[in-house]
Amino acid sequence: MSDRALLEGSEAIARAAVAAGCRFFTGYPMTPFTKLLEYMAALLPEVDGVCMNAESELEAVGMAWGAATTGHLAATGSTGQGLSLMQESLSEITNARLPLVVFNMARGQGDYFQATRGGGHGDYRHIVLAPMDVPEAVELTRLAFELASQWRTPVMVLGDYYLAHTYQAVSVPSIEGAAPEVPDWALNGSSGGSGSAKIISPLGGGVEGEEGFDLGAHYAACAAHIQEMSAGVDPLVDIGFCDDAELVVAAYGSVGKFVRYACLRLRDAGHRVGYVRPITLWPFPSKAVHDAVAGAANVAVYEQNMGQMVEDVRLATLGAVPVEFIGGPSWDHSGFGIGPDINVPDISERILEAMT
Amino acid sequence: MSNDQIFISTDTPPAEPAALVDDFTPTLITQANHHLCPGCGEPIAIRAAMEAIEELELARSTITVFGIGCYTAFAHNLDVEVVQALHGRAPSVATGIKRMLPDGFVMTVQGDGDMVNEGLQEVLHAAARGENITCLLLNNGVFGETGGQMTTTTTLGQRTKTSIEGRDPHQHGHPILLSDLAATMDGAAYVARCAVNNAGNVARTKRYITKAYESQMAGAGFSLVEILTMCPTGWFVDTLEGPDYLQDTLAPVHNIGELKTPLVQQ
Repeated sequence: MSDRALLEGSEAIARAAVAAGCRFFTGYPMTPFTKLLEYMAALLPEVDGVCMNAESELEAVGMAWGAATTGHLAATGSTGQGLSLMQESLSEITNARLPLVVFNMARGQGDYFQATRGGGHGDYRHIVLAPMDVPEAVELTRLAFELASQWRTPVMVLGDYYLAHTYQAVSVPSIEGAAPEVPDWALNGSSGGSGSAKIISPLGGGVEGEEGFDLGAHYAACAAHIQEMSAGVDPLVDIGFCDDAELVVAAYGSVGKFVRYACLRLRDAGHRVGYVRPITLWPFPSKAVHDAVAGAANVAVYEQNMGQMVEDVRLATLGAVPVEFIGGPSWDHSGFGIGPDINVPDISERILEAMT
Repeated sequence: MSNDQIFISTDTPPAEPAALVDDFTPTLITQANHHLCPGCGEPIAIRAAMEAIEELELARSTITVFGIGCYTAFAHNLDVEVVQALHGRAPSVATGIKRMLPDGFVMTVQGDGDMVNEGLQEVLHAAARGENITCLLLNNGVFGETGGQMTTTTTLGQRTKTSIEGRDPHQHGHPILLSDLAATMDGAAYVARCAVNNAGNVARTKRYITKAYESQMAGAGFSLVEILTMCPTGWFVDTLEGPDYLQDTLAPVHNIGELKTPLVQQ
């Protein structure tokens, strides 16, 4: 199925996940994440994979944790609320150095901090990818599994109701391909009885009471790994019209696509406005944002929350350019994060106001 | 043999260093020198669990998922593969492993705080699902690692740091009898409760654990062995009183015996 097809976002992501080699998926139904779980339940048996309708988000993330220790590519997900329940495990999975992909079909943009700050306990970060639409989500889903395997860490794909439910013509690779080989560190029981059986633990390895078992040393190694990822993962960003822009607007995710379109139309009308759309929310593309706004008089950040990514934009620009928040929470009666303010005339008005 | 060889004089330094005559450590326990308190029942239970793995020749296909408690010290001391899970979460982690490695032997080791307090829904869901894993519950009726607080399996009248005058049902509620609960699940194939407070019970523990393992290897579904263990430190009794305290306090409530076997259905 490499030809273009009209697919619901959730199906396109599910197909991209299986094509990337995902063989275990589990989740607990919750709008707008539910459809992804349904598609995975239909697709995974076709490739001898396993999909489980977990009894809770706590058990979903636990099952994914267990599957990940066997070296097969595993994924889970939920909405921001369900992710809150999973955080204790996600934090520990990070310290256990296990690859895992987490699909967060969030309700609106209120969970930026939860996604990018490491929503659980401890001193850690996750790689976070925020696609603006279905084709980009297909590409980033592939990348998410790649990064998770490469860095042995959880990677989050941060979407929303629009991404999960919009139908879009998209080309998705075939799910027929072989899954990647199981890596050496994975468990299958066979190292038992050898005198040095493997252990996968968020507390590190080594034999307790002997040299090599040192929790402090393990946490220090985990911290060093986070720093290595911070420097080593290529930050992705979408930048437009910034060379001569008076005002640069920053936005992410599907909201970012609307902001980009608003900027395009304002350009057509002769306004010197540019945009930056961070795609990796962690590591945040700080240098690219800093450089993109260097010539501007002002930066405006549009997100549908009380102002979260605006802090990362301010850190990226380090006071070189004034950064104004022009977004705000936007809810309809459903509570699913279908922001009625995702509306190009309204966004354009806010941008023009910020230019004056 | 002359008396000289039996009674060693302590007036002078020994002529040669002490030598280990025999090592009774099971081969799957790599480091027997644990840091648990004297009189603790958990090492006896772990020993039985490891001996049974060896005897059934499961060492090269075993993955053991550890919860969080005093027994977690053994996670690093075994020669079987280990996944360290969070407090309460071992059954779901074991589920993920077993689903990806259906031919492997997958078991969990959890305490009563871990399995019955924090993770009650996990173990019951795994049992109801008929998940083909073996869960071991080390039940001493108290939070040992944090120093003797009440758990959901603490018996009525039992004194802990958070039930100082004894567990009062009006204030602290009633104990949960986990094995009895699990045995009601259709997905549970083998459920048994035993103890390690005397030689007979230790032998029974080994027997039940072996049956649970065999049940999993036969693909029968969920198996659970609850093992009553001594915790003199958490019970605030003398080390030597531990076995009797277990017999008088825990065993009359958490009854020892097989609750569900493929032959003896409830």
